[in-house]
Amino acid sequence: MKTFEVLGTGCRKCVTTAETIERIAKEQGQEVTVEKVTDPAKIMEYQVMSTPAVAVDGKVVHSGSIPEHDKIVGWLNG
Amino acid sequence: MLEIFTHLANWLTYDLMGLSPDTKLGTSIHFFIEDTTKILFLLVIMIYVIALARASLNLERVRAYIQQKHRMVGYFFGSGFGAITPFCSCSSIPLFLGFTSAGIPLGITMAFLFTSPIINEVAVIMLWSLLGWKFTLAYIVIGIAVGVVGGMILDAIKGERWLKGFAAKAYQKAAAEAHSHPDGSELPEAPKLSFQARHEFAKDELKEIVGRIWKWVLIGVGLGAVLHGFVPDGWFAENLGSGQWWSVPAAVFAGLPLYSNATGVIPVMESLIMKGLPVGTTLAFCMATVAASFPEFIMLKQVMTFRLLAIIFVILLANFMVVGWVINAVGPWLFAGF
Repeated sequence: MKTFEVLGTGCRKCVTTAETIERIAKEQGQEVTVEKVTDPAKIMEYQVMSTPAVAVDGKVVHSGSIPEHDKIVGWLNG
Repeated sequence: MLEIFTHLANWLTYDLMGLSPDTKLGTSIHFFIEDTTKILFLLVIMIYVIALARASLNLERVRAYIQQKHRMVGYFFGSGFGAITPFCSCSSIPLFLGFTSAGIPLGITMAFLFTSPIINEVAVIMLWSLLGWKFTLAYIVIGIAVGVVGGMILDAIKGERWLKGFAAKAYQKAAAEAHSHPDGSELPEAPKLSFQARHEFAKDELKEIVGRIWKWVLIGVGLGAVLHGFVPDGWFAENLGSGQWWSVPAAVFAGLPLYSNATGVIPVMESLIMKGLPVGTTLAFCMATVAASFPEFIMLKQVMTFRLLAIIFVILLANFMVVGWVINAVGPWLFAGF
C-alpha cells in the first residue's frame, strides 16, 4: 500500500490535491493512505519551496500545483 | 488603441443607458465600464505573454541564482525576483524555509517577501494603463527600494537571532557548510521547453490568475468609480491637507486594517490622485494596504518569534512613511503635468 503525503501549509489547493488523490485512488480500486503534512519543519526537510507538493513513500514527486489526473494515475501504478 | 474602451463606455453609458455625462451616476458608470473593460482586456493578453516568457523560471533556479551573488547584490536580486516570480502568499513559509535552509541571509529572503506583494505583472499592467509609464516606473523603483532597504536593516540588526529554533538551526548549518565549500552550489539548468509546453503553462496561468483577481478588479474599480463620481474635485486637498507631514502616517494607519491585493487598490489610487490627494500620501496608503497584511504576518509567526515579527512590522511602516514624505516632497517636480 502506498503512502501519499501532501505537503503544504493549509492552503485551499493543498486540500484539493489530497481529495483528488483519494478520489482517483478509489476509482482505480487502490488502497492508499493520504496524509496532509502542514508542519513547516517537515516541509523544510523535504526541501520543497512551492506548495502543494506531493511525496510518495517519502519521496517528493511533484511540487507547485495541483497535479494532473494522469500524473496521479502514474504514481498509483508506478 | 486603448481609446476604443472610452468609446465603448461612451456608447454604453450615454447612448444605450441614456445617462448624462454631467451627472454623478453617469461619470461613475462611465469610469467603471471604461476601466473594467480596458483592464480585463490588457490583463488577459499580458498575463498570457508574460507567462510564456517565464515558463522556465522556477524557485529552485531563483534560489541558486541569488545564492551565487555577493550579499549587497543579493538584496537587489532578492527583491527583483520577488517582483517577477509568480508566487502565492500561501507559499511564503516553504519559500522562507527553502531560502533560509540554503544559507541565504534573512534580509535577502525578506527582501523577496516584502517586494513580492507590491510588484507583480497585474499591478504593473494596471498602473501603466491607468496612471501612465512615469508613475509605473516610480512605483517599481519604490517597491524594490522598500524590499532592499527593509532587508538591509534586518541584517544590520542581526534579525536572524530571533528566528524560531528549527529555522535558526537550519540557517546556521547551511551557513557553516557554505564556508567550507564556497563554490558548492551550481546553477541548475533551465528546463528546455517546447512552445507547446509554454503555451500550456501560460494557458493555466491565465486561467488561474484571472480566476483569482477578476473580483478584485471589479471591487477596486467599483470603489474607484464611486470616488470618481461622487467626491468633488479637490475635496482631499481641502479636507485632508495638501501634503502636510501628518497626512502620510494617517494614510499608512488607515491602510493597515484594509487587506487587499495590488489589483484592488490601484483603481482606487487612480481616483484618489485625480481628486487631489498628494501622490506620496496615496502611495503610502496603497503600500500599507497591500504589503502589510495580517494574514501574512500570522503565517510568518510559524518561523519567527513575536519580537522579530514586531520589528519587521515597524520597519515596513517606517519605510512606507519615508516613501510618502519623499514622494510628496519631490512629486510636484517628478509628476509635473500629471
